[in-house]
Amino acid sequence: MDLQYFFELTLSGLTRGSIYALIAIGYTMVYGIIELINFAHGEVYMIGAFTGLIVAGILGTMGFPLPAILVLAALVAMLYCAGYGYTIEKIAYKPLRQAGRLSPLISAIGMSLFLQNYVILVQTSDFVPFPSLIPEFAFLEPIAHIFGSSDFLIVVVSAVLMAGLTVFIKYTKIGKAMRATAQNRKMALLLGVDADRIISVTFIIGSALAAVGGVLIASHVGMVNFAIGFIAGIKAFTAAVLGGIGSLPGAMLGGLFLGLAESFGAGYISSDYEDVFAFSLLVIFLIFRPSGIMGKAKVEKV
Amino acid sequence: MLLTFPLVGVRFNPVENIIQWRWRNLALVGIGAFVLSALWRWALARREMVMVSAAGQSSFRQRSIWDNRTLRWSVGGGVVAGLVVVPWLVSTYQTNIFISFLLYVILGVGLNIVVGVAGLLFLGYAAFYAIGAYAYALLNHYLGWGFWAVLPLGGALAAVAGVLLAFPVLRLRGDYLAIVTLGFGEIVRLVLENWSSFTGGPSGISNIDRPGLFGQELSVAGTNIYIYYIVLAMTLLTLVVAERLKDSRVGRALQALREDEVACQAMGIDRVGVKLMAFGLGTAWAGFAGVIFAAKTTFINPASFTFFESAIILSIVVLGGMGSNWGVILGAAFLVLLPEYLRAFSEYRMILFAVAMVLMMVFRPQGMIPARSRQYPVEDAEREEGGR
Amino acid sequence: MEAVLDVRSVSMNFGGLRALSDVSVTVREGEIVAIIGPNGAGKTTFFNCVTSIYTPSEGEVYFTPRGGTPVRLNGMKPNAVTALGMARTFQNIRLFRNMSVLENVMVARHCRTRAGIFGAIFRPRWVRQEEAEIVRRSYALLRALGLHPWYNELAANLPYGQQRRLEIARALATEPRLLLLDEPAAGMNPQETAALKDLVVRIRDQFGLAILLIEHDMSMVMSLSERIYVMEYGCLIAEGTPQEVRRDPRVIKAYLGEVDHA
Repeated sequence: MDLQYFFELTLSGLTRGSIYALIAIGYTMVYGIIELINFAHGEVYMIGAFTGLIVAGILGTMGFPLPAILVLAALVAMLYCAGYGYTIEKIAYKPLRQAGRLSPLISAIGMSLFLQNYVILVQTSDFVPFPSLIPEFAFLEPIAHIFGSSDFLIVVVSAVLMAGLTVFIKYTKIGKAMRATAQNRKMALLLGVDADRIISVTFIIGSALAAVGGVLIASHVGMVNFAIGFIAGIKAFTAAVLGGIGSLPGAMLGGLFLGLAESFGAGYISSDYEDVFAFSLLVIFLIFRPSGIMGKAKVEKV
Repeated sequence: MLLTFPLVGVRFNPVENIIQWRWRNLALVGIGAFVLSALWRWALARREMVMVSAAGQSSFRQRSIWDNRTLRWSVGGGVVAGLVVVPWLVSTYQTNIFISFLLYVILGVGLNIVVGVAGLLFLGYAAFYAIGAYAYALLNHYLGWGFWAVLPLGGALAAVAGVLLAFPVLRLRGDYLAIVTLGFGEIVRLVLENWSSFTGGPSGISNIDRPGLFGQELSVAGTNIYIYYIVLAMTLLTLVVAERLKDSRVGRALQALREDEVACQAMGIDRVGVKLMAFGLGTAWAGFAGVIFAAKTTFINPASFTFFESAIILSIVVLGGMGSNWGVILGAAFLVLLPEYLRAFSEYRMILFAVAMVLMMVFRPQGMIPARSRQYPVEDAEREEGGR
Repeated sequence: MEAVLDVRSVSMNFGGLRALSDVSVTVREGEIVAIIGPNGAGKTTFFNCVTSIYTPSEGEVYFTPRGGTPVRLNGMKPNAVTALGMARTFQNIRLFRNMSVLENVMVARHCRTRAGIFGAIFRPRWVRQEEAEIVRRSYALLRALGLHPWYNELAANLPYGQQRRLEIARALATEPRLLLLDEPAAGMNPQETAALKDLVVRIRDQFGLAILLIEHDMSMVMSLSERIYVMEYGCLIAEGTPQEVRRDPRVIKAYLGEVDHA
């Protein structure tokens, strides 16, 4: 086997995987706490990319240096997406907390369609080129053709964010309250945890991470359009399922696993069916091991 | 809420590096958001109140005017009569719109069996539409089969595919089921798109034969009217069958499955068999509709069968009222006919329907025309007054 | 007399947790038998094993259908068990809430009727007759339980006590030989409980049933049942007539907290 080709695929799989993991965290956290598949999450990621684009455009004409633009664009996108995440939850899910399982799901699909069409209306339905914001790192020069600086940045930023999140969940008060709520919402409520606030925080964090993912991947690929959220959303969801939905480390691992699987599948079998691999993995896992690689099976109480 | 609208205020044109500031839009949105959020709070508060009052007094259902059988049939008959004469009154173009309206009714009613009656959220419905359409296109292209031969076959194929999909997903419920069906739908589409040597890839298959009428060649307009009648007949058939199913032993089992799987089994209903039936019964209609669609457009490609299509059909069902076939008709009318006749509004079509979907779930989850359990007339000489 | 239900040393493990251990219960024809025990003693788990919602980890469950020989239930599907002639109600009422009261009972006729898809679509004569028969019998059952004034209402709109009754009506519609009632008096006031007691005896006599019930209400259990099994921590600790059980020291010990308000 060609070793260099193998490394290339591994590295590009790593890049993709990091992004999937970043988005998957949003799905998994929300699912862990309110057991809902937030269909609109992919759209938040897309909006993150668009916000990044706009901010970068404004700053670009004002003559800011590249790294500053990147950081600012990512920050603003995080802020706005956090706002979107918060608002989406308040409008489409919170009133349905008591309804069955079908209603919030349909509401989520409606929200997702709404956001897509909203972006079509207020921006455009075409592909828009995204300025490449990521500076070339000198030390990556020798391997730039297989692992560019944008790949590097994506992997590093994702790793840092995920490590930060893990620490946050493990050691802060809100993080602990979040874990408690995920375990048993009623009990947490009795112990004085404000469940509504926790759910809001969950949506905010998930959306902010998706926004970073959106900005990074957009400047890596160089294109955005209104539909990128759909595919990315499903794939990230797949990642969350692979890792066992509801589990944070699972989402991260699942993301990497999916990224690598896709990259190898595309590299060694056929790139035409790249997306088919992801969907097939999703379907196979949901059917045969819905609890994911690391999840636990649940027994339904009668 | 006010803060979340930068996309509206600014449009960036990266090609020419121009930033268009749209302060006016921003201001409008600001005012709009303020008004809307006030409205939202008011509506939510009102909903709470309604819920509380409904819980307090167990609300007995009112007999509506629709319980009058003669009235219902005469209205139904009138609508059908109206639809029969439509192609002679309007242009070919408008006949086409009516054809697609009726196709969506068929699709909606079919999906309704799965989603509304049996309560299984199904997001890959367009895949079965595609199976029907491609069945006709391919059989016609390679083997020269005619429309009438393929019509039942397309339905049967879609039903078989539905049952096959149902087997592995039997254990899944709710959201997982939704995702798997979505994944399945996308896989079907991607395979159609990539298997170029057989399906023609993204460019699809063209020059599909129109249905023949006893071997006679019809003009384009004539065929159109002919197809219109085929669709109309098919729609009526679908409606009759779906209505009959709903109020039968099988239909009741499906509804029981929706309400409570454990209790449903405890009542002696075979969960597996009923689920397979729900899938098969639901997807067959998508197959029929697909065959007709291919015959109507004479050209199909995978782009017609995206997730978007599934979502549209789902929103028809949801807006109309899950489990209610009359609701589906109204939903399809809203989704297909209204935008055509209100041109100015068509740009905002999908966004309005998306908003409607969310609002519907929050404020009126039962849809425009809610499904109602059948009222059975029971002869009972000593019946006390109390039924009201 | 013939044993309708014969449960032979059944155990049930969930992972490491032993929810039932070595439980044997027999119910004979026409008997009213009660299982009592503190919360978490494994009573509902026992019901779930008997009705095949769970498959017991060890032991065997035999059921004798009307005019048949004993059938081993282990591993059967719950619906097959119902078809043999065993019906149940649920502790946390599980009605088909968005169907009418009558339809709830009609659903339960499923395993005693046979119209299929094509029957539903073409509605031949025999299907129409079958449907009419379903409606007639279901309504008769509602009448027998005094639920007929609400027959066209949604099940969800019934008052709580009537919902419990509807669960019983629904179970009866499957033509059972053995009826399992899971805490039928839970949440009822004394008048309702008394009425329920009469009802249980009446349906036993009218339909020729054996009845196995789980109940917390001591007065109801003592006056209603012919034999009582007492469970604690997944084990049977006593068995016998109400008088015997009442005097059993282990039962008194296990129930010390609950005997007071009984």
